[in-house]
Amino acid sequence: MNTLLWAAVPYVAIAILVVGTFWRYRYDKLGWTTRSSQLYESRLLRIGSPLFHFGILVVIIGHIIGLVIPESWTDAMGVSHDAYHIQALVLGAIAGFSTLAGVAILIYRRRTNGPVFMATTRNDKAMYVALVAAIITGLATTLIGAGIVADEHNYRETVSIWFRSLFTLNPDIDAMAEAPLSFQIHTLFGLLLIATIPFTRLVHMFSAPIGYLFRPYIVYRSRDARPDRPIYRNRDGVRTRQRAGRR
Amino acid sequence: MKVMAQVAMVMNLDKCIGCHTCSVTCKQAWTNRPGTEYVWFNNVETRPGQGYPRTYEDQERWRGGWERTKRGRLRLKGGGRVRRLLSIFSNPKLPSLQDYYEPWTYDYDNLINAPLGDQMPVAQPRSLISGDPMKVEWSANWDDNLAGGPQLAVDDPVLKKVSDQVKLEFEQTFMFYLPRICEHCLNPSCVASCPSGAMYKRSEDGIVLVDQDACRGWRMCVTGCPYKKVYFNHRTGKAEKCTLCYPRIEVGLPTVCSETCVGRLRYLGLILYDADKVLEAAAVEDEKDLYQAQLDVLLDPNDEEVVEAARREGIAEDWISAAQRSPIHRLIKEYRVALPLHPEYRTMPMVWYIPPLSPVVDQVRDTGHDAEEAGNLFGAIDALRIPIEYLAELFTAGDTAPVDAVLRKLAAMRSYMRDVNLGRETRPEIPAGVGMTEESMHAMYRLLAIAKYEDRYVIPTAYEEAGRQLEEMSCSLDYDGGPGMYINGSGPFGEASGQPVPVSVETFHALRHRQTTDTLAGPENKEQRVNLLNWDGQGRPAGLFPERQEDGDA
Repeated sequence: MNTLLWAAVPYVAIAILVVGTFWRYRYDKLGWTTRSSQLYESRLLRIGSPLFHFGILVVIIGHIIGLVIPESWTDAMGVSHDAYHIQALVLGAIAGFSTLAGVAILIYRRRTNGPVFMATTRNDKAMYVALVAAIITGLATTLIGAGIVADEHNYRETVSIWFRSLFTLNPDIDAMAEAPLSFQIHTLFGLLLIATIPFTRLVHMFSAPIGYLFRPYIVYRSRDARPDRPIYRNRDGVRTRQRAGRR
Repeated sequence: MKVMAQVAMVMNLDKCIGCHTCSVTCKQAWTNRPGTEYVWFNNVETRPGQGYPRTYEDQERWRGGWERTKRGRLRLKGGGRVRRLLSIFSNPKLPSLQDYYEPWTYDYDNLINAPLGDQMPVAQPRSLISGDPMKVEWSANWDDNLAGGPQLAVDDPVLKKVSDQVKLEFEQTFMFYLPRICEHCLNPSCVASCPSGAMYKRSEDGIVLVDQDACRGWRMCVTGCPYKKVYFNHRTGKAEKCTLCYPRIEVGLPTVCSETCVGRLRYLGLILYDADKVLEAAAVEDEKDLYQAQLDVLLDPNDEEVVEAARREGIAEDWISAAQRSPIHRLIKEYRVALPLHPEYRTMPMVWYIPPLSPVVDQVRDTGHDAEEAGNLFGAIDALRIPIEYLAELFTAGDTAPVDAVLRKLAAMRSYMRDVNLGRETRPEIPAGVGMTEESMHAMYRLLAIAKYEDRYVIPTAYEEAGRQLEEMSCSLDYDGGPGMYINGSGPFGEASGQPVPVSVETFHALRHRQTTDTLAGPENKEQRVNLLNWDGQGRPAGLFPERQEDGDA
């Protein structure tokens, strides 16, 4: 069971993420968008959306710090165990709560505003469930890990070791199996979210426009330099009038 | 000198009767799809008026276009790159749907299905956004012909600039129409605002386009454009804008709005410009110098040096010769009667306008004087400050001298040509008084008043070797996947996801759906409405006639 959960599932999730994203990009460039609903409603969005997005950016940075940087490094830098946990708790709790508040506002807006709700697909609803589940369990682990709700747990001796071992293709299953249930549940929800990213509107995170900071303001493009669209595939073929049939 | 070619447009406002034919044909051609109900790539505004979207010219509010920094550089008025990115999660300067208008249809079904009663059944307006019954309170041309009068027109940002105390009394009013499309600017701030780099200016013909595959729906272009001519398709989540009908331009046809203009007031042609000088010209210190700076960027296509430089840049011979015959170049540079719209936005717009003489003519005629006598018209141009200042705020950043000069030329032409038409002795002093010769006066008259089709539109086709790429025109349905790709407008990841559908295929299906359905336009299936405007009498749209007994033709 542990092997399935902590060795098989993570790799499957990552594989789905990579292959799925590649497939989605090939198949669905036209649907690769934020699908913004700001045109319908902007008063609540103006509060909820930045709250959520900036919150989740901090959360992601926090995850990277907690999972990627080994405890021995921070020890070497002279950051004590307690100091580390206090900053992780404070930063994590603030970011987590603003993310949760943001997503709550956004979901409330989505449900109560008629046009926004009508523009919500089933896909979106499923995505919201996975997202909120991951956020709530994550916030819970932050509080649990700091010893506020339950016994303190140093996830950097369990989850982080397992996480890093995934990338050396030698998953430390035991390390993860020792972690408390709350961490395990959060990890599973996180993996679920990772696996579903390519198939939801969350793909827009991969087009974060960092390049905008470095490109020239005015973009010129030649008429010839169009992307290879299927239209041109029969460029050398005979032009027949197959108006109704498929090829 | 880096010579580039640009397809540009001039509109002669004196001839615009405000019939909205351009808007309607444009909409039928380009924005009759779900998500673009509120979108008018071409719209006609009555000025003074608020425009569409409401008060879009108030850049202190909407922050469109460029501004000049103290160090003389250009910066997006909406903020620099970092600021743009920080506001990406919720664009604070995005016009709401209410600033455009909430699109609607009517519940026609009720007319035939209402139960028998004492009252005539009515077709209630229904929002195309929410599907709910709604009160129609605004539209793209709600203040058409000064409707709403002083209550609405006072909010015109241009009028506010002219004077704090303009009285919009009926006797003092003036009015004209302003058709607007995308300006296809030389220094487009929408392109500069796009975080994804999905918007681009075509290097061959200068048309500004949105790459639908690369657009990620960040909505910054809508803010960036000071003319508010980039729109957000709320169903596909992508930006859309006027394409200058590039599929038509590429084969030498004028745009739909030009082709269908009953007043024949639009001109299309090439201009050559020096791309190296654009930024410098857009950054001149005094706003009032922008008109002249923009003129200086345009090159003389008859200058041997320019022609040589154009050849070096790979501009084809037929394009150079088209630039030499261009009506645009003549109106802008030779006769100097066309002016750019709002040069103070510093985007170097490329749709120019011949300001209307009609407010002046009307005033002269209304006072019982001869409205074709040069002296009377010149006197009126001097006397009628408010219309002139208003025009100057539109076209020359408030500098009345160029507007004066244009109106004098138009008045001189009117007066001079009357003598010709009445067989009187012509008066060479009239053209001379406005710095023109009799010959150029005749030529301008021919271009402006006779306005033959081949004189108005001088459009070179896309290169012969590029012809193969224009295949979409001829056999749009003939490709892998074919027209069957269009699955009710919605793929698995929301509206319009999945493989791209060529515009012509989408239009084909939208039309067919629309002609064969009778459901009320619910937002789920907006393409399935009966649109009697589109119904050409062929076939039997399902809900249009009572059911037949046998299952007849489809």
